[in-house]
Amino acid sequence: MAGRYEIRFSGAGGQGLILAGVIMAEAASIYQGIQAVQSQSYGPEARGGASKSEVIISDTTIDYPKVTKCDALLALTQEACDKYSHDLKEGGVLLIDSDLVLREPPGNFNVVKFNITNTAKNEVGREIVTNIVALGAMVALTGVVSKENAEKAVLSRVPEAFLELNKKAFNIGYEKAMAAKS
Amino acid sequence: MAKKVAFMQGNEAAAHGALYAGCKFFAGYPITPSTEVAEVMSAELPKVGGKFIQMEDEIGAMAALIGASLTGLKALTSTSGPGLSLKQENIGYACITEVPCVIVNVMRGGPSTGMPTGPSQSDVMCAKWGTHGDHPAICLVPASVQELFEETVRAFNLAEKYRTPVMIMPDEIVAHMRERIVFPEPGEIPVVDRTAPSVTPDKYKPYDTSFGDVPPLAAFGSGYKFHVTGLNKMQDGFPTTKAEIVQAEEERQVRKVEANKAEIMKWEEYLVDDADVVVVAFGSTSRSARFAVDQARKQGIKAGLFRLITFWPFPEERLLEISKKVKAFISPEMNLGMCAGVIKGCIEGNAPVLGIFRVDGEPINPDQILDKMKEVK
Repeated sequence: MAGRYEIRFSGAGGQGLILAGVIMAEAASIYQGIQAVQSQSYGPEARGGASKSEVIISDTTIDYPKVTKCDALLALTQEACDKYSHDLKEGGVLLIDSDLVLREPPGNFNVVKFNITNTAKNEVGREIVTNIVALGAMVALTGVVSKENAEKAVLSRVPEAFLELNKKAFNIGYEKAMAAKS
Repeated sequence: MAKKVAFMQGNEAAAHGALYAGCKFFAGYPITPSTEVAEVMSAELPKVGGKFIQMEDEIGAMAALIGASLTGLKALTSTSGPGLSLKQENIGYACITEVPCVIVNVMRGGPSTGMPTGPSQSDVMCAKWGTHGDHPAICLVPASVQELFEETVRAFNLAEKYRTPVMIMPDEIVAHMRERIVFPEPGEIPVVDRTAPSVTPDKYKPYDTSFGDVPPLAAFGSGYKFHVTGLNKMQDGFPTTKAEIVQAEEERQVRKVEANKAEIMKWEEYLVDDADVVVVAFGSTSRSARFAVDQARKQGIKAGLFRLITFWPFPEERLLEISKKVKAFISPEMNLGMCAGVIKGCIEGNAPVLGIFRVDGEPINPDQILDKMKEVK
């Protein structure tokens, strides 16, 4: 890769988006051996309210730790999509939950959508892994870290009893995004 | 053997830096955005035989820190804005009683409750003048997770060496962001312990200046007894109002830091030598500035970065030198001009200081700094 790649995970507080960003950055920084910085921004609410987690990945030193021109955006809620899509660059990846984000932002983006939250709930079996389904999809769509390294990072961050659940969530997300993309 | 690496948050790195320095005591009261420091210390201190206490408030936490340090333990607390305000009375007490301790203050919006989850850099004056009276001040302002670890170790070293409170003030962005950190091996970064008395308990005086400006500090419980008070004191620790003693003691306390400034101050210069415009920045803002300097150089603008790593003592002499050959300074900061004011105070009007001041809870981005550079003719 050449230069910075800027990713933003957004949705509502409590959806685990900060963790999704942390895992993506850890996959790059620890397992892939390139540079990564993760930062976040959230309101005073513990749950609800728009929340974002930003990851900068680069093959060289990262100075500014925040997004300047977003390469890839995940939006799990309409509020987050409205609030955080303003600096998505032309042709950038926009992954949205097709059940929850009904109004797409104006602009020329590479829009990919599927029912992320319902996939977690119905196909994986637990809504709580929505963030990992989304992460799998973002790994597929951005291509900045390998699937193997991302999966290692996921498994290093979850309790042993939930390894299989998260592995399944990650893989379903990855496959669905691959299918939706083509 | 390969060194241990981790992908870690700034606050976690500060806690691990404290443990590396030999910290054995933490007292505090959780507050966003500093809570992870307390969280890690509560989990890790018991494993190394240390003590963690969640106090009733920040005033009590600061008092507990002083008490623990007087028993010989390296002591840490962490807080943010409103908590720092509460700690100030006892920070002054630690200054006059000359008790080493380290305060991590993560800067969030203020004054008062302000913006608890928003970043800020508006506590830097509070690090020097938050507590009343003349007193020494050391304040470190790291810009990365790795540096937050290393500067926390140095904070303990400076506190122990100079018998004084040391503040370490990451802004919320540095404290909450995650980066890769390489842990130093034991011994790789020097760890300083306070000087113990060389005299027997009956001869010991806690402020005996025949040993120099930083008298040895005995640990309570080790057989040494002495008096500790917030009043101006004599060499034996008992109060005095004798004019010549009070004057000499006040001057000595400030001199501990002033006379050793060269060793304490730390900064980094990036492309400053031939620069027309020098950005003076610290913390996360310095990362935006470095990005902007690189962009500016590509566009033919001779820009440089002077990155403060210590805010206090402030590198006045070096900035005065630089001011003689630049067209302008730029001071981007997440406050309304605190650093700009300090720069102006030391450059004798040699160059204008252009400010970029943000207090809206958003970081200063590289484009803002680049635009300001273009205003310099």
